[in-house]
Amino acid sequence: MNFEKVIFGFFIVMALTLNFGFFIGDIDNPEHHHVYELAIAIFVNLVATILKFGDRSQVGAILLSTSLVADLQLLAAALVWGINAEITPEIMTSIVSLAGGAMLANVISVLLLVSETVLLRR
Amino acid sequence: MNTVIFLIMRRMRTPLLVILTVYTIAIIGITLMPGKDNEGNLWYMDFFHAFYFVSYMGSTIGFGEIPYEFSKLQRMWVIVSMYMTVIAWIYAIGALLALLQDKALRQTIIERQFASIVRNIHEPFYLICGYGDTGQALVIALEEKLMRSAVIEYRQERINVLTIENYPVYIPTLCADASKPIHLVEGGLKNINCAGVVAITDDNLANLHIAITAKLLRPELIVISRVDSHEVAANMDSFGTNYLINPFDIFARKLHTAIHTPDLLLLQECLTNSLNIESCEALSPPQQGLWVLCGYGRFGKAIYEQLKDVDNIKLVVIEAIPDRTGYPDKGEFINGRGTEAHTLQQAHIEQAVGIVAGTDDDVNNLSIVMTAKELNPKLFVVLRQNNTSNQIIFKAAKADIIMQPSKIIASRIRVLLTTPSLVNFMRIIKRSGKREWIRKLLQHIKKDILNDTKPNIWEVTINPEQAPTICAELAMNTSISLDCLLRNPRDRDNILECLPLLLIRNEKSILLPERTESLSIGDKILWCGKHGVAEWMEWALRDPVILTYLKTGKTVSLMSKFIHRIS
Repeated sequence: MNFEKVIFGFFIVMALTLNFGFFIGDIDNPEHHHVYELAIAIFVNLVATILKFGDRSQVGAILLSTSLVADLQLLAAALVWGINAEITPEIMTSIVSLAGGAMLANVISVLLLVSETVLLRR
Repeated sequence: MNTVIFLIMRRMRTPLLVILTVYTIAIIGITLMPGKDNEGNLWYMDFFHAFYFVSYMGSTIGFGEIPYEFSKLQRMWVIVSMYMTVIAWIYAIGALLALLQDKALRQTIIERQFASIVRNIHEPFYLICGYGDTGQALVIALEEKLMRSAVIEYRQERINVLTIENYPVYIPTLCADASKPIHLVEGGLKNINCAGVVAITDDNLANLHIAITAKLLRPELIVISRVDSHEVAANMDSFGTNYLINPFDIFARKLHTAIHTPDLLLLQECLTNSLNIESCEALSPPQQGLWVLCGYGRFGKAIYEQLKDVDNIKLVVIEAIPDRTGYPDKGEFINGRGTEAHTLQQAHIEQAVGIVAGTDDDVNNLSIVMTAKELNPKLFVVLRQNNTSNQIIFKAAKADIIMQPSKIIASRIRVLLTTPSLVNFMRIIKRSGKREWIRKLLQHIKKDILNDTKPNIWEVTINPEQAPTICAELAMNTSISLDCLLRNPRDRDNILECLPLLLIRNEKSILLPERTESLSIGDKILWCGKHGVAEWMEWALRDPVILTYLKTGKTVSLMSKFIHRIS
């Protein structure tokens, strides 16, 4: 067992799960989306991005780019949340939809990871 | 893509993760600490303000407690976060600085810069491996001809010497082991403008490595290599290294020429080193009698091979460790160092006419010469110098010939790179071997052509780049003779002060071609003349009006030619 791979897989999958957890619920209902979940999702996404640094392979490059997309979307969501004093349903909708985009990027990232693992011959 | 960026990213992973984690903990912590607003209500900091606050706190800028004054719990958390973030920053910055100072990384960056500079050379250049005394002399010679070069050398102090030399043409340098193929490729081995590779490190095996790499990657490239051992030379020859430079063999042949035909040596020295023939003294080593040869190493053997078959010359060899060097197959042999008087007396130094001090130790060589001169002041002295830094004492020793390997190699390679036909010319006249003829040629060049000035040697190839006018005329089936090039473009009744030494046409060489010799495309002509004459000759090669004038004596104005063309 390669401990580095465990950490790597852990963070990539967790980026997706947290992202999903934040995304699920009524899109315009602030009650269904917790700010701490978004904060932790951003943190885990950034960790996943850093872990993908310095990989020279083609898959490594695509993994890094999907991660960067997810970061960008989540940070945009956080920005929208931060600059608005009052959270109306419209604003909540745009925050959650941004997070939904990030989730798509995270899904691709996990799919790449899984397919690479499956293709790996022992 | 480049390795350097990946290396930096990979090694910055941990520091970045540390900063990210610490910041997240600090931000989340501060949002959880209960505070009070101005009216005394319970208030929690939101994420936006928390990020703002931690950013200025972590970087120790410190704008104070905003938007409301902090509660005790909040302040407690700020104390913890301050220490965390500062330590994280120090660690991350330290790691980044250490990474930038990393030797391997710096070497990678330097190599990449060197490779990209060499890749951007868009004119012919030579890759010179080894910047010792020889490399320096060679680079200076190439600079004078405005030819570009790139240098790879493994000693940093030699690179420093090159840097402060301030050559007019920029020379990219790399401090690395040239025998590693990757460095040769970085030095432009695969660049189509690379005209040749010169391997002149002081290590035979490194030179071998360079030569074989160059020949494998670019078989058509000219490879010149220094080599002092016959086994390695045979090895290099087997895969087609173009020129092998053995300083000992070259010098031994020179000594043989000096004994056999002094005029030829004089001619050779003056033409190859561009010296005034008047100021060159003809060496006249004694042509018969007893020669004492001290040292039977690589140098001694080379001299021995050249001199053993000369009539009237007897050789006595002195060698301290004959078990390692071997014994000469004929002639007298004495075991000893040659630095003591009794060894030299055993070798009949009193009756000898010449002595060759050829061990690989400079001090011993000087000692041999001084002892021998005391015993027999009339000796002709040949002295081998191994180390350039001993130049001053070797000058003081007043030897008749001083053999400096680095100088010999540099001058040989310079000729090979700038005027290769001169080597052919010398070979042909040496083979012809007519002393009287060589003397006449020497006098002719000295008095009639050069008028006691320094010679200039250049080559002209009849091709569209170098001689467009002549090619155009030849394409119209007009015959052009050498005479046209020899006449002065200002006044065709005067002859330029130069002499065609050699004409090479399809593997055939014509020695001293006649004025009436007609030219054809692809001819290569080697000229010897006064300085500045080459520029005059350029007119005939490039200006069709001048060429017509030189050929027929008629002057055509450009205007009438233009009218003729459009009508």
